[in-house]
Amino acid sequence: MSTGGHEAKLGASGTGDAAALWDAAEARRIMETYRGLDGALMPILHALQDRFGYVDDAAVPDLAELLSLSRAEVHGVITFYHDFRRVPPARHALHLCRAEACQSVGARALEAHVKQKLGIDYHHQTPDGRWSLGAIYCLGNCACGPSALIDGETVGRLTPEKLDALMREAEAGRREAAE
Amino acid sequence: MSAVKIYVPGDSSAVACGANRVVLGIERLARERKLEIEIVRNGSRGLLWLEPMVEVTTPEGRIAYGPVETGDLPGLFDAGFLTGGRHALRLGKPEEIPFLKNQERLMFARCGITDPLSIEDYRAHGGFRGLAKALQMQQAEIVAEVTESGLRGRGGAGFPTGIKWKTVLETPGDKKYVVCNADEGDSGTFADRMIMEGDPFLLIEGMTIAGVATGATKGFIYIRSEYPDAFRQMGRAIEAARNAGYLGPNVLNSGKSFELETRLGAGAYICGEETSLLESLEGRRGVIRFKPPLPAIQGLFGKPTVINNLLSFASVPVILDDGAAFYKNYGMGRSRGTQPFQLAGNVKQGGLIEKAFGITLRELIYDFGGGTLSGRPVRAVQVGGPLGAYLPEAELDVKMDYEAFAAIKGMLGHGGIVVFDDTVDMAQQARFAMEFCAAESCGKCTPCRIGSTRGVEVIDRIIAGTQREKNLRLLDDLCETMVDGSLCALGGLTPFPVQSAIRHFPEDFDKPSRKAAE
Repeated sequence: MSTGGHEAKLGASGTGDAAALWDAAEARRIMETYRGLDGALMPILHALQDRFGYVDDAAVPDLAELLSLSRAEVHGVITFYHDFRRVPPARHALHLCRAEACQSVGARALEAHVKQKLGIDYHHQTPDGRWSLGAIYCLGNCACGPSALIDGETVGRLTPEKLDALMREAEAGRREAAE
Repeated sequence: MSAVKIYVPGDSSAVACGANRVVLGIERLARERKLEIEIVRNGSRGLLWLEPMVEVTTPEGRIAYGPVETGDLPGLFDAGFLTGGRHALRLGKPEEIPFLKNQERLMFARCGITDPLSIEDYRAHGGFRGLAKALQMQQAEIVAEVTESGLRGRGGAGFPTGIKWKTVLETPGDKKYVVCNADEGDSGTFADRMIMEGDPFLLIEGMTIAGVATGATKGFIYIRSEYPDAFRQMGRAIEAARNAGYLGPNVLNSGKSFELETRLGAGAYICGEETSLLESLEGRRGVIRFKPPLPAIQGLFGKPTVINNLLSFASVPVILDDGAAFYKNYGMGRSRGTQPFQLAGNVKQGGLIEKAFGITLRELIYDFGGGTLSGRPVRAVQVGGPLGAYLPEAELDVKMDYEAFAAIKGMLGHGGIVVFDDTVDMAQQARFAMEFCAAESCGKCTPCRIGSTRGVEVIDRIIAGTQREKNLRLLDDLCETMVDGSLCALGGLTPFPVQSAIRHFPEDFDKPSRKAAE
């Protein structure tokens, strides 16, 4: 097996179609698929999150048993990394880049605009479950900032108006992507 | 007429600026106008302010247009851009654009030119020649060639790559590993991403040479999750290389075995630190390890491990192909070869500039970059990522060289350059450096874990004008503790941006009293 096999999608928290309901039997099948990899825990967690939008606490004892780890170790890994979620995601995920290159071209103003618009701070969801707001430190789009990730898709050269339009498109499900 | 070949970068910076929509638009218009086209998703040439930069193949060579938006497409078709027709967005031959023409591209020689997933293209442009030579050499000879080239680790620390490899070669082990650090987390850097998306076989070739040289039979590429396109592209390239016999149990019928896998990070900046990366690869929290033992002796799963930055591996094929002497001829002092500098932030012409060490920061920002995007004066420049120093305009004549930067209490890091204009508030930038450290600390050592949070609080008091002198002294003390007492570069270097901001821009830390005086 050449890779973790799973689709890398940071925006899995909010791919537009909301998450699948947690299914313990399917989760165990996913775990079995990747258990043979060296250092299998990270690829399994990514695969679970890709499938369900989050990693349910119910997975912890199963993972511990499968990989001969303690529950504390599994819990430690899930909570150490910013990407892994323990609760189902909002319908849409917006991650703003907070890093220096984006700051130099207006990320702080964009951040103020979004927080005011959604009425929430980082690491929160809107009460209607429509948007979550995350902070991200660099998307590698540093010559074309400010940048953000909308439902897993990187967008650049943002202004408050352009971001508003892209968020409306996401809500309407009209994003065209070639891939 | 045969199909016209059109290049539209699949590079994620180009995509973030609309390249995928441009592809759909070109396909639609070509269908409507019954024109035969073939679209190649190349890497980016690195002229990022011109992305999406579309190139068409004409009898005179490739002609570029950019930045192309979907709304420009009907006009481009009307102007006959498929045959190189005149249009306001026409840039001419890309290789003649000064930003590109004035570079010295060794590592990025192919990026943007070839189809990234075509092994034929890669070979036609000099690919796999370094590996072929390596397979004819003794292991110690390969290591000696890399040492002789003067190549130093491109991740930031600048440790001689050949010495690392020699240690792994000479350490006995039933299994050895090669690990690529592609956790490119520094703001203002994107060279790793561009190679993975635009010329992935280069990394495969470099890592395979490392495996052959040291006796390692398995490699891992640890890619940050913020780079999903690069992750997918590397997976495809590995599969193609394996199918073509460049990876597997018998690399190019040499009898040598080398396998490669990708792994995805999960949004932790600290995993760019090599021991933390190894922990993460093993499926644990990305908490750093004490050194010694060095990873070269006890690395991944306790085995001897070559762990290098992506750009270090990407430098190796040309060193083997053209020889150490050729490579060493570029550069200055103890910084040999070329470095892909990444010009970012508030700059008119941002992008990738590969040049020999020794060019000045001013030349990069003004001659290549054309000054700020906003048109306002440059006030501060951060080199080397979030742990790099902020430099004032007066220090822009510094040469891009490891030692020259150390002399002004800065660092080259991974070659990222972030430009700020005169609207920047340096006290806020200093505060952010501490805030970032607090968010990303692995928590193993106290100076970093606690010091960063205390740092934010102290800077907040200074900004508010509360006992300013006393708090500045306290901050100085705190920075000293972090530098001397932290286990790794995160805690140990966070004071660099903080103290350089205070040193060069003290007026930004004294706003309440200045306001009162007005």
